[in-house]
Amino acid sequence: MKQSMLAMFNRTGAWVLLFFLVLPALISIPVSLTPKRFLSMPKGELSLRHFEKLFTSPEWLSSFAQSAIIASSTALLATILGTLCAIGLWRVSSKYSELVRAFLLLPLIIPQIISAMAFYRLWIPLGLLDSYPGLIIAHTILASPMVLITVSASLANFDPKLEQASKNLGASNWATMRRVILPSIRPGVFAGALFAFILSWDEIVVTLFISKFNVYTLPRRMWNGIRENTDPTVAAAAVVLIAITVIAFGVSTVLSRRRAQTQND
Amino acid sequence: MIDSLRKHVSPGWVLVAPFLMLVVVLYLGPILNILWLSLTDPEPGLQNYQKLYTNDTLLRIIWTTFRICLITTIISVAFGYSIAYAMVHAHKKRQKLMLTLLLVSFWISILVRTFSWLMLLGHNGLLNNALETLNIISEPVAFVRNELGVLIGMVHYMVPYAVLPLLVNMQTLDTRVMSASRNLGATGSQTFFRIYLPLTKPGIVAACLLVFILSLGFYVTPAILGGGKVLMVAEYISVQLLVTLKWGTAAMLAALMLFGVLALLYIMSKFMKLSTVFGGSTS
Repeated sequence: MKQSMLAMFNRTGAWVLLFFLVLPALISIPVSLTPKRFLSMPKGELSLRHFEKLFTSPEWLSSFAQSAIIASSTALLATILGTLCAIGLWRVSSKYSELVRAFLLLPLIIPQIISAMAFYRLWIPLGLLDSYPGLIIAHTILASPMVLITVSASLANFDPKLEQASKNLGASNWATMRRVILPSIRPGVFAGALFAFILSWDEIVVTLFISKFNVYTLPRRMWNGIRENTDPTVAAAAVVLIAITVIAFGVSTVLSRRRAQTQND
Repeated sequence: MIDSLRKHVSPGWVLVAPFLMLVVVLYLGPILNILWLSLTDPEPGLQNYQKLYTNDTLLRIIWTTFRICLITTIISVAFGYSIAYAMVHAHKKRQKLMLTLLLVSFWISILVRTFSWLMLLGHNGLLNNALETLNIISEPVAFVRNELGVLIGMVHYMVPYAVLPLLVNMQTLDTRVMSASRNLGATGSQTFFRIYLPLTKPGIVAACLLVFILSLGFYVTPAILGGGKVLMVAEYISVQLLVTLKWGTAAMLAALMLFGVLALLYIMSKFMKLSTVFGGSTS
């Protein structure tokens, strides 16, 4: 019965590892409540002053707004481009379309530092450095492959006979797309939009290269705060980010559950 | 003319075109330009690549990067294997909870996680304070601003990526093979080491390659937890571009990294369908 001993040992180890993955991030919660002006654990007394500072400081608020604008625009563009592309590749489905698919996933796999270099290099002559369009286009190129993946996964479960039936009944291509294909892949589209939003909302490496003064996103401001490593407002911002993550995770769980349901129908 | 084109080209390509054009013009274009720069900046020739033989700093940075990525890969995949194994063999409810923990950590911003490690392990961090209060140490231990800190941060980030391909692999195994081995008199550990482990080899290889690829270009964690003391290729590239404005050297390093990543991806595609690895994170 050595196996079961080993398995039990491994099971305990796995739980320890899982908590090792999640717990360290929670340290920012107590630190954000410290009454002191520097990064420290609160002793006895708790204070919300750093949250107050976070939500009244014009710099932090503008960063929140800028990140929200960039991430929403990215999510919108990436969802449109990625969904169209996924449907197109699914329609074609040949040797070439698989090659194109692999090629289009590259922005997700190529190290971000190289993507950052590429955008920096091209954005200088195009005058897109430090501008909203510059960041949104760059983030869209990085995020669309995410949508391509989630929508393709939905399409893999879509019965092509439905499309054929719709056409045989006289529906145009456009009507088939809008009334038959899109409704059945909706969960994949929503999941893709969510991933695209998060990717842009969190993106720091490319942002560091192609933004400077005008556009100062939330990750950029956090990056600076972390490098200076004194102000507990960063800890408060981290808590807000964790809260947003948990909410987004909840939404995506509901979505994937709904996706599983539509598949079973 | 247009009619004959219609017959031969599937209409699906019309939907692919917008994103394809965007990637080719605004992404592939400048990447090719960078590869070209590595051969032409500051003057045409291979001198950027010759630096690999002559410049000790460059060699040290590449060696540091390689060593850290290798250690990160080994530890992350070992941890990932343990988690994936426990997940596959757990009850349905437990399995769900484990998956939730894994995905939550996967989703928490990299900046938040790196910052947390800084607060935990820093000079005046929680761990040092606790150890001092307990009189275990008299002076703060340096956990960050060195390779140890970078390794802790990187492993912490990479474990979920290691778990996903392993999980996909383990879920498709035929459990009857293991039962057969036990019925034929093999002990549990014999069955594990001689049957289970070899069967999960494709998953292990895919996990190793995935983690190694992601580690190679890693920027955030080494920059913050290394505190300028641990210089890896990605950070060196950014210094070359943003501070010293040397495109040639940076382009050469980027070219090396890019070809390394593509070669590893090619090997990986021999072991596993790439789409299952990258699609796995979304389900």
